[in-house]
Amino acid sequence: MGQIDPAILIASLMISSTPILLAAIGELVVEKSGVLNLGVEGMMIVGAICGFAVAVETGSPALGFAAAALGSAALSLIFGVLTQILLANQVATGLALTLFGLGLSALIGQSYSGVKPPRTPRLDLGPLSDLPVVGRMLLSHDLMVYLSLALVVAVLIFLRRSRAGLILRAVGESHDAAHALGYRVVAIRLAAIAFGGACAGLGGAYLSLVRVPQWTEGMTAGAGWIALAIVVFAGWRPLGVLLGAYLFGGVTVLQLNMQAAGIAIPVQILSMSPYLITILVLVVMSADRRRAALGAPASLGRPFHASA
Amino acid sequence: MSLKTILAAALVVVGLGGAATAQQDKVKVGFIYVGPVNDGGWSQYHHEAAVKMKEHFGDKVELVEQESVPEGAAAATAMTQMALQGADIIFTTSFGYMDQTIAVAEKFPNVKFEHATGYKTADNVATYSARFYEGRAITGFLAGKMTESNKIGYIGSFPIPEVIRGINASFIHARKANPDVQMSVIWINTWFDPAKEADATQALIDQGVDVVLAHTDSTAPLAVLEKSGGYGFGQAADMIEYAPKPRISAIIDDWAPYYIERVQAVLDGTWETKQTWGGIDSGMVVIGEITDAVPEDVKAEALQLEQDIESGAYHPFTGPLNKQDGSQWLAEGETADDGTLLGLDFYVEGLTGDIPN
Repeated sequence: MGQIDPAILIASLMISSTPILLAAIGELVVEKSGVLNLGVEGMMIVGAICGFAVAVETGSPALGFAAAALGSAALSLIFGVLTQILLANQVATGLALTLFGLGLSALIGQSYSGVKPPRTPRLDLGPLSDLPVVGRMLLSHDLMVYLSLALVVAVLIFLRRSRAGLILRAVGESHDAAHALGYRVVAIRLAAIAFGGACAGLGGAYLSLVRVPQWTEGMTAGAGWIALAIVVFAGWRPLGVLLGAYLFGGVTVLQLNMQAAGIAIPVQILSMSPYLITILVLVVMSADRRRAALGAPASLGRPFHASA
Repeated sequence: MSLKTILAAALVVVGLGGAATAQQDKVKVGFIYVGPVNDGGWSQYHHEAAVKMKEHFGDKVELVEQESVPEGAAAATAMTQMALQGADIIFTTSFGYMDQTIAVAEKFPNVKFEHATGYKTADNVATYSARFYEGRAITGFLAGKMTESNKIGYIGSFPIPEVIRGINASFIHARKANPDVQMSVIWINTWFDPAKEADATQALIDQGVDVVLAHTDSTAPLAVLEKSGGYGFGQAADMIEYAPKPRISAIIDDWAPYYIERVQAVLDGTWETKQTWGGIDSGMVVIGEITDAVPEDVKAEALQLEQDIESGAYHPFTGPLNKQDGSQWLAEGETADDGTLLGLDFYVEGLTGDIPN
């Protein structure tokens, strides 16, 4: 059979990685604020159906994506209220959120299986998209792909360079100290949780509106868990998340392409390669213990109450 | 579940035990599905057949269903629960439930089990499957005729005989239709993961494939084909919403007659273990409408093929056929026996790549 065209491969990997990238970059901000939300999978799938349903009803993918972000942000605030105000256990609540999200999405989605969503247009960059190699590879995607990349850069600048980002990190490192300085820990965390929810929702909607494009119950099939793992292995760094998501998506697409091209490598090795290589690279990257330790927010997963 | 309900349920089971061979007025029928019941494919068709069966019997049948049950330990729990709740017969509708079905059946000798697509039976475990390969001969033929790039692709789930039969049957008939055709096989190691099915379809398209056959449960491959161009088929379900293209035909499973027959046997007290393997002739495998995207003459040939298989005039595995390594499998005019087909673990000549094991 034919050979693998690197340009096409990169184009496919960008599409394949975008849902995980969106979910992971959102979860990174949540965890940086000191909250561990294990409900990414649930928020993604709710985003997938909210986006799908609204896009189908209105005929506008853009409205669909907006609805996905809003719907999942609202869902994540259930988690926020339970863990930040009622001080419920974050791990248990996050898991419950995933189960709830899977059930809720199935309920909303009952009348949407077999329905086709409106086409999400590719961003028209005019002559740029027609450039050889680069045009096909990088400049002929839909807006969401670029938005996800812009989001990574925005989060990077926000966390490293902005005062608000510094406060968010302070809340994540030591909520008591931040509280003593007069920052509103709970409000900041709720905002971070809602942001994480919105990002996960966008990721889910990307799946149901662009990548597959259809609604099927349970269609995220574990993508949320991969996003969670990528945040940890990336050492809580935005560029690490980008690398992890693209690496995972890239090796997944590569192994499928290698099978399609009939390259003689045992299928088992190809199938496990995305997991293996992603873990391996990110472990090597975070091998410097001091730097890795700096990444993990010190208050991650710990409950905060002003009286404590 | 409280201890009291468990005990009560156990009593019911023991009580039923005495009456198992006699006629019954009412049966409780359990169904376990591997995917959601609206997956648009495999599980949905089992579910719809179960509902038809229930409608047929009305009040005589109480239907209990559990969907999205993963293959493995969780399946055993689901079956045990159904048995404890007093199910008389339990249909386990995925290949990967095989060992759990046998293990749970041992514990509940008075409950009857029916396992789809497996090969292990016991006194209270029957198996049933459809000769999907008969349908795949026809979709393979259509794929060979419709491809313009002479490259077709096949998305495989797990390397089990069922899937390997499908790959071979498709390929043999694609080659009959078009001697230059090449087929790439992608294994994705799951029955249901729309994103992965979509990525695999896209990878095939990127490699120049223009007709994709799938042996997974969702409609994702068709959704991608619709977006990127090319043809595909409904798998286990009609998937008519993607007609007239990319879906140009479909292999449909119709389980309802079998479910009605087997539940009737329980009602009559005549249920016995057996291995059922029904094809196009029994109505278990149905070829979905061939759409107008297919030229008239090709459609006529495909329908002729369907007729010949139905009447028994033609067997999809008829020699001369060689194995992948070039050694002889079937001599001129010889047809494959069911034993070999049920354990099929090799590709026929012309296919590339290895079967993972």
